[in-house]
Amino acid sequence: MTGFPILSLMLLVPLVGAVLCLKSGRETARVVALIATLIDFALGVVLWTHFDIGGAQWQFQEHAALFSGFDWKLGIDGIALLLIVLTVFLMPICIGASWNSIEKRAGEYYAAFLLTETLLLGVFVAQDLFLFYIMFEAGLIPMYLIIGIWGGAERIYASYKFFLYTLLGSVLMLIAMFWMVNEAGTTDIPTLMAYNFPPAAQTWLFLAFFASFAVKMPMWPFHTWLPDAHVQAPTGGSVILAGVLLKMGGYGFIRFSLPMFPVASAHFAPLIWGLSMAAVVITSLIALVQNDMKKLIAYSSVAHMAIVTVGLFAFNRQGLEGSMIVMLSHGIVSGALFLGVGVIYDRLHTREITRYGGLAVNMPYYALFFMLFTMASIGLPGTSGFVGEFLSLLGVYQESSWVALIATTGIILGAAYMLYLYRRVIFGEQANADAAKLPDLDFREWAMMIPLAAVVLWMGVYPESFLAPMRKDIGALEARVAMAKPKGDADVKTGAERTATAAAAALASAQLKGAK
Amino acid sequence: MDFAHSLAAISAEELISGAGLVLLLVAAWGGDKAARAISVAALVVLVAAAALAVPALAGGVGGKAAFVFDGQLRVDAFASFAKLLIYLGAGVTLIVAPSFFERFNALRAEFPLLVLFAALGMGIMVSAGDLLTLYIGLELNSLASYVLAAMLRSDGRSAEAGLKYFVLGSLASGILLYGVSLTYGFTGTTSFEGIRTALSAGPLSIGATFGMVFVFAGLAFKISAAPFHMWTPDVYEGSPTPVTTFFATAPKAAALALLMRVSLDAFGAHVSAWNQIVIFASLFSIIIGALGAITQNNIKRLLAYSSINNVGFMLIGLAAGTPAGASAMLVYLAIYVVTSVAGFAAVLLLRDENGDPIEAISDMAGLSRTRPGLAAALAIVMFSLAGIPPLFGFWGKFVVFQAAVQAHLVLLAAVGIAASVIGAFYYLKVVKVLYFDEPADKVRGNGDFANTVLLALASIAISPLGYLGTKWLGGLAGNAAAALFHVV
Repeated sequence: MTGFPILSLMLLVPLVGAVLCLKSGRETARVVALIATLIDFALGVVLWTHFDIGGAQWQFQEHAALFSGFDWKLGIDGIALLLIVLTVFLMPICIGASWNSIEKRAGEYYAAFLLTETLLLGVFVAQDLFLFYIMFEAGLIPMYLIIGIWGGAERIYASYKFFLYTLLGSVLMLIAMFWMVNEAGTTDIPTLMAYNFPPAAQTWLFLAFFASFAVKMPMWPFHTWLPDAHVQAPTGGSVILAGVLLKMGGYGFIRFSLPMFPVASAHFAPLIWGLSMAAVVITSLIALVQNDMKKLIAYSSVAHMAIVTVGLFAFNRQGLEGSMIVMLSHGIVSGALFLGVGVIYDRLHTREITRYGGLAVNMPYYALFFMLFTMASIGLPGTSGFVGEFLSLLGVYQESSWVALIATTGIILGAAYMLYLYRRVIFGEQANADAAKLPDLDFREWAMMIPLAAVVLWMGVYPESFLAPMRKDIGALEARVAMAKPKGDADVKTGAERTATAAAAALASAQLKGAK
Repeated sequence: MDFAHSLAAISAEELISGAGLVLLLVAAWGGDKAARAISVAALVVLVAAAALAVPALAGGVGGKAAFVFDGQLRVDAFASFAKLLIYLGAGVTLIVAPSFFERFNALRAEFPLLVLFAALGMGIMVSAGDLLTLYIGLELNSLASYVLAAMLRSDGRSAEAGLKYFVLGSLASGILLYGVSLTYGFTGTTSFEGIRTALSAGPLSIGATFGMVFVFAGLAFKISAAPFHMWTPDVYEGSPTPVTTFFATAPKAAALALLMRVSLDAFGAHVSAWNQIVIFASLFSIIIGALGAITQNNIKRLLAYSSINNVGFMLIGLAAGTPAGASAMLVYLAIYVVTSVAGFAAVLLLRDENGDPIEAISDMAGLSRTRPGLAAALAIVMFSLAGIPPLFGFWGKFVVFQAAVQAHLVLLAAVGIAASVIGAFYYLKVVKVLYFDEPADKVRGNGDFANTVLLALASIAISPLGYLGTKWLGGLAGNAAAALFHVV
């Protein structure tokens, strides 16, 4: 596959689709959008199958010196690969979620959506610092329009808050980037990842990047834009917000903060842990008292993202891998949950929990899927949620048992609010006559739920498929941050399992090769 | 340098002044009926003058060959770069003006001539190598501008704008002249080269400092930098829209270029002395421009505050005091001029069913549904002015802040860019009105063809496609900026 600009093609396909959608009516636009996203998904699958696990760190590289000051430079490693696959997997489902619910200005809606896909993918494939920044920031415009035009009653306020909050977070990052490029003399991300910035400067650089990623992530207390944006956005928008947009924060920490500023990362790890612990407890408790389903899931997102940050700043393999899996799993599960809310919202046009009840009677299949995703969100073994959270918490346990202890309460509280939600919506008396008459899933909804459910189980039962592509990159990152790794309170004896994992990686890649 | 060489070097100015005088006779002969023909002729003259200015653009970095008339004028890449922007602004004005003024039966033959003479004055401003040449160019431009602002005699706001502009402009000219006299008194010369030599001998004397401060204050008025910005919203709102288009592009470019030449050339030996003034004016302009715009409901006033805001960002490039900073400033200026052209071309297309101009932002509600193309162009302008990537306006901010960081002005860059978020709010507000609100359906009038073409071209230039031109633009701006720093 060398030489073929598959990454550029993946960026181009949705862009062309967006232009086509802009002038079309609803029927044409949604078909165009679906085709464009499915082509991109196919390309994503090609990307995954052709990705040489254990091969070169950066693959599918492209380079064109088109601009002054920065270059069109693309390339992916295993970490980016997984997030790209997540993006292209969720996109067709988002289009499906919008199929009937978007009635006004549908052409523009799908155009904005496809533009978002291009920019999200651009964030993950960019290998040039400023190209990354442009993609990272540009995503605000279509998302602002999606929330503002097709959102709920409070959409204007939510769209402003989303835009300005995230913009304020990112602009300082740009100044830090200028400083870095001036110091290191290159805009190439892989080079910068190996560059040792002076420790004193790392502190400021880290904080500037932190401002951006913490808002995007979002970390407590910078999360307040999220519930507003989620609740007001249309279903498709919520899925993409929770599924992919939030992952940009985690990706930023993995790609920039940790490898570029390891000393400062270690220095600020207690701060991150503190904020994460606060987030886990506080947002879980807030989620417990919500009456709005979307808001509840939005707060649960903040809690899950806190597990991600805890794992990332554990500075060890388990933590890093776990965080990546939590991100992937949360992308699928929260997307699926928002979709689940969307299904009943489309029927009854309310997100109020008390307006439902006893849906298990008239919507048994819906109840089944919702149960699966609820369990995955809680982190039940056998679902994707368990693998990631277990690894993350295991990672941080080696560093600090107290942090692990408090972060683990998130799982208990998560079980509390998710089961409470489930009981009120699906079980119990059929208190509302209109809710009792809702029809079960139709074909379109089945088609969206099945792939999500399959992936949740796949990731839960055989996570190796997702761990293998990023193993080498996580190893490189672990080696990079090892120099600054804070001394934890655990007395870990590293045994010979490292060779075992390497053998497993080789086995997995051999299997994949065999499969081709 | 001999006289013949000097005369040959300023062919663009000679063409404009000669053609201007001939067209003046045509105007006297043909009266207002000939106004359209004169506009077309003036446009041709500007295009020809631009063609004459091009060769110097890629020319060497200047040196002695650029000094004409014993150093009274400089004909270098910098002057050419600025002149092209000026001719662009003036040319656009000539294109959009006739159909606007005809609506009010106010298309006068003097209009294209005044634009032409203002362009001549600005050409002299940006080429000036001496404080007196500078003043002559400035006054030629200003006098023409005062009349242009009051062009719509029947409209009280236009008359008010002209008067305000005249009174405050005269005051600023007085301040500038006082600064010039002090500088002359303490350095013994009015030539930039001489001032630079005299000042680089030692620390800045108190008298020369006063002179410098007054010169900067006078020029800050001309570029509408805070705290000398008060006239801008009133003049922008009151002037007929084509004239506002002119003010936002050509004189802005000329005054900024002039400020660059004066500060980096004449006072170039004492960057640390004047860059405090520039830093203050820059941050103050950014903040005033951002806060002032929030409550505006008139799109022209909003764009006026936006111009104050943008001047603040450009001054960050000047504050760096480096070739990279000057080059960044020129890149920003070029992008800003094109963005302004797009913005005002869009405003000119906003007309109600009687063809009267619409200026209230609230009247544009839901424009994206009734006029999607126009709304999209306005949204591009707004996001570009806010500096949100991937629109091209981001590139201007990018190079300016990069230059500031390279010059170790990290704190200035950080504060400036954080303040830009305040500005983003009101640009978003316009986009919100255009896209989120229910249609007010007031914009009914049909667009003028020339206007629409202009808007389309300018919108494409500031769309992400503009990035493909970054190498070319950066090269030209770098060449132009280098001319400022290679004074023999």
